Amino acid sequence: MPKVGIASCGITKFTKDDSKIESVLLKSTKNLFDNSPNLSRNDIDAVLVSTNNNSKYLSAILSEMSGIEPKIAHSIESLCNSGTNAIVSAYSYIASGLADAVLVSGAERYDSPGQILEWDNSRGEFKHPIFWASIFTKAYKREFSVTDEELAIVPVKNHKQSQNNPNALSEKTYSLEDIINSKKLTDDLRLLDCSRPCTGGASILLASENTCKKFTDVPIWITGIGQKTTSAGFTKNMSFSSMESTQIAASTAFKMSKCNVKDIDVAEVHDAFSVCEPMALESLGFTDKGKGIDMIKDLHATNNLKINPRGGLIGSGHPLGATGIAQTIEITQQLQSCANKRQIANAKTGLVHNMSAAATSSTVLILER
Amino acid sequence: MNFESELKKGNFLISECVHCKKIVWPPSEFCNQCFKEVSWRKSLYEGKIIEFSKQNNNYFCLVEIENTIKVMGKISSGIPNVGQHVKIERCGIKDDNYYFEMSLI
Ligand SMILES: [Zn+2]
Repeated sequence: MPKVGIASCGITKFTKDDSKIESVLLKSTKNLFDNSPNLSRNDIDAVLVSTNNNSKYLSAILSEMSGIEPKIAHSIESLCNSGTNAIVSAYSYIASGLADAVLVSGAERYDSPGQILEWDNSRGEFKHPIFWASIFTKAYKREFSVTDEELAIVPVKNHKQSQNNPNALSEKTYSLEDIINSKKLTDDLRLLDCSRPCTGGASILLASENTCKKFTDVPIWITGIGQKTTSAGFTKNMSFSSMESTQIAASTAFKMSKCNVKDIDVAEVHDAFSVCEPMALESLGFTDKGKGIDMIKDLHATNNLKINPRGGLIGSGHPLGATGIAQTIEITQQLQSCANKRQIANAKTGLVHNMSAAATSSTVLILER
Repeated sequence: MNFESELKKGNFLISECVHCKKIVWPPSEFCNQCFKEVSWRKSLYEGKIIEFSKQNNNYFCLVEIENTIKVMGKISSGIPNVGQHVKIERCGIKDDNYYFEMSLI
């Protein structure tokens, strides 16, 4: 398969602003152009928009507003992993030869309609994400004898790490007590265990091997892709203390990239809620089942930024359609050694884990310098 | 759909494929294994608790019905346990959402 790389990135600050979706899309696209002086509008063959926003033909709108006349222009939606799904589509257009350079732009507003899944009636009247998160948390705590206090280390660590991310929604650090004493949403979930919906945009330019080198001296290659959707309904999950779709997606991605979890220097994992981080680390193979919290405790105690250096979803905020792209930008910057205070020394191989709909769908990307 | 008009009246129907001898869930006109038309029957209105949590003073739980169908519902009274058997006391559609209310047995 021909090589496909990341040639440029652009991002906005994640906020609670009441901005129009079109303006959020334009802002990160402008930032991407600002970051790539050699890029001209004619270089872009396709414009893909990732969002859960209900507005129509946003890719044509973004193209017009940016002065691009692409061959291919359409939106991509798959809830919280829309962003990486759009990146995979861009990859496929380039690998197939249908396009040489693809702009992927993700955006969301704080009031996204992607948060409540109306179709999933098996959830009864419990359709808000806090309910599946409570069931996951309770099942995880029960199976592995983990406490609320231990899970609270996840938001403590991720808010701490987000303080070095200038685009993060979070503006302060929290203590364990702050997390435990934050508003109780259910017996198993507190307000500070949750990532917060927000307004934000992230854009990335993917290109073929030769074209990549026109726009950057340090292209980052997408060497592994794995995706799996096991169902649409939350209650169809076979396990509530592990992520089956993540496990399958990871194994596919590792196989494609011919590397394994030990090669990963830095990873962004989908910590939609505290419990998701240890569960994801276990399902991705970073550690054994039930040992995710031990790994997180250790990382936190040693200020090791390996997992979610930008602060994850909990620290950065979670603008659904932009999240997977923002995660991929973080790993790109890490591998380019330009992540400033968040930099992990000598990172050569990184991983992105982006999931949706209570872990019924996952995308895993492997990136290499 | 047949299922929803019955659920509105408080009846919980199950779609079953005669060919595959399997329950089809979520309820559908067609079997998700062979696409043949399903037949409808009343549920046994019994299940067991897979997991539960609590909001304010109300327990909510994930219940498995007839070893196949998993739904989320309320517990009407008592303290639930994983593996405990429940009976569907009430079900229906309220504000466009399905609801299930269980009692412990
Ligand atoms: Zn059948």
